[in-house]
Amino acid sequence: MFPELIDTRPLRRAIDDGLNWVVRNWSDEFEAAAYPLLMLLKAIEDLLIATPWWLIMAVLVGIAWLATRNWKLPVIVLVSLLFLGVMDLWEDAMTTMALMIAATITAIVVSIPVGVWMSRSLNVRNVVTPVLDLMQTLPSFVYLIPTVMIFGPGKIPALIATIVYAAPPLVRLTDLGLRSVDPAVMEASRAFGTNPRQRLFGVQIPLALPTILAGINQTTMMALAMVVIASMIGAGGLGYQVLQGIGRLEVSRGLFAGLGIVVLAIIFDRITQSFGRQLQGRIGLAEVR
Amino acid sequence: MNAIDIDTDFAIAMRGVTKIFGDDPNTALALLQAGRSKSDVQAETGHVVGLDNVSLDVAKGQIFVVMGLSGSGKSTLIRHVNRLIEPTAGEIVVNGADVLKMSLDQLRTYRRTQVAMVFQKFGLLPHRSVIDNVAYGLEVRGVGKAERLREAAKWIEIVGLSGYEQSRPRQLSGGQQQRVGLARALALDTEIILMDEAFSALDPLIRSGMQDQLIELQKSLGKTILFITHDFDEALKIGHRIAVLKDGAVQQVGKPEDIVLRPANEHIEEFVRDVNKARAIHVRSIMDKGEFEACAQSVSRDARCEDVLPLFAEHQWVGVVDESGRQIGRVTAKQVIKALARYTPGM
Repeated sequence: MFPELIDTRPLRRAIDDGLNWVVRNWSDEFEAAAYPLLMLLKAIEDLLIATPWWLIMAVLVGIAWLATRNWKLPVIVLVSLLFLGVMDLWEDAMTTMALMIAATITAIVVSIPVGVWMSRSLNVRNVVTPVLDLMQTLPSFVYLIPTVMIFGPGKIPALIATIVYAAPPLVRLTDLGLRSVDPAVMEASRAFGTNPRQRLFGVQIPLALPTILAGINQTTMMALAMVVIASMIGAGGLGYQVLQGIGRLEVSRGLFAGLGIVVLAIIFDRITQSFGRQLQGRIGLAEVR
Repeated sequence: MNAIDIDTDFAIAMRGVTKIFGDDPNTALALLQAGRSKSDVQAETGHVVGLDNVSLDVAKGQIFVVMGLSGSGKSTLIRHVNRLIEPTAGEIVVNGADVLKMSLDQLRTYRRTQVAMVFQKFGLLPHRSVIDNVAYGLEVRGVGKAERLREAAKWIEIVGLSGYEQSRPRQLSGGQQQRVGLARALALDTEIILMDEAFSALDPLIRSGMQDQLIELQKSLGKTILFITHDFDEALKIGHRIAVLKDGAVQQVGKPEDIVLRPANEHIEEFVRDVNKARAIHVRSIMDKGEFEACAQSVSRDARCEDVLPLFAEHQWVGVVDESGRQIGRVTAKQVIKALARYTPGM
């Protein structure tokens, strides 16, 4: 037995009491603060569910064609979506897609500025990097419980948990992309008298865009990886079907819903990757990598 | 020393510019000023001396070449002129303005309007078309779109890249990319152009063509060009004046023939040994000055020995004429041979 050097019970009690105090006194404020997130998620979900299935198919197949200019990916997307429809998973898939899209949009809004900030200051990077490590490695249940206590079960804690898990790769890749812009190009830009803003928007971000897009791809994949856990606290969607399948020992239900998640992952992964490749080609980095 | 001492007739004047790389440059600077050598300072403090007390004057409208081997500090030197690198000590005055006293804002304005730069690795923006690359400096300066595209198109034509306006830099060859870099600098219409080993990455033939074009452009536009190179032949070909840099210190400054005919030390002698002297020596520096009977064949006063050599196959004397066509002197094959052979070691 490790000797008891200090008594940790007061510390634990303080944390628990602190959280309870926050829940008692501040949960309304927290909920109000998270309200825009909820609205975003709701709006996307309502839109996806209200849109007729054939229109969504047409749009996604169209995007797939734009991303590749090739018939292969559109066919894969079409077959994937037909699978969702045939297996009676359409509405759940739309709910899951809405959660993923809302999480990705929020992650983009938050992560890219943080990544930019990180790329410019060593101090910021030294502080942010361990926080990102923590966000990615801390078991999600650890922060799920307090968020559920504060917000109550439902879509908000599910969305927050998804964002916490899915945002870090985008921050990292934004930082990496901005820092690995060719120093010769940056110097040339400086020599022409650009200010930092002109360099950021005119040189760094355009050249880092393929890397940033890889980050967005990672974020969508991580968000989909969270859907089962998110459905435990009320996110609904495909994750909930998987959960029910497990609960009722209905292997088929779990299997099909699980495959539905895989199918969504394939669609979004391939589309974002193809856009990334297209962008690399346009910038002229394709040959280098 | 203060700025008033510096003659404002010079486009670029540097006084005692020293650059030391490291965390604590001032300690190393004190050692250096106490007369210690570059390698002593490096061994003792771990600081690298980039430039050691460099003073240069670049007159307006000339091509001034700084020549040195890699590690001699020449790229560091050129970056001081537009303050991409801050000196540890010294003064830099460009067109009468003290560059080191400029605020960040003034410095940006100065870079946008007074000095343009061409880079060894081109430094083109890969995500922009050729015309947008050429227009980049004007865009940064805040020139409207129609005007900057018009201006860019003009310079693209001058450097001979018409038809490539919408190409991406990566679709061009190295020589073409550097033409874009040159057009981008020229489009700014600054009095001063800094060229950092601009032609070093190019094939010899293309390099020679670019050198000719640069000489032509400089003649027609009258720009002041500070040109960095490691190639002595290139320096002799394009330079009105040449400074030789070694270990961050200036070894010799002078006209090309000064350096070829009177190398200041062994280091420069080594360069001179392999050089094509016929190209370096102007006939006017070896001719007999004065009035002579008109010669059947004559050359301009800017001609070099290599230009007159073939003429001696037919003629005994070759006349030298000034811009107006008046004969100002004459030269014989003997004089040329003397000049070429005089300093060849072992003779």
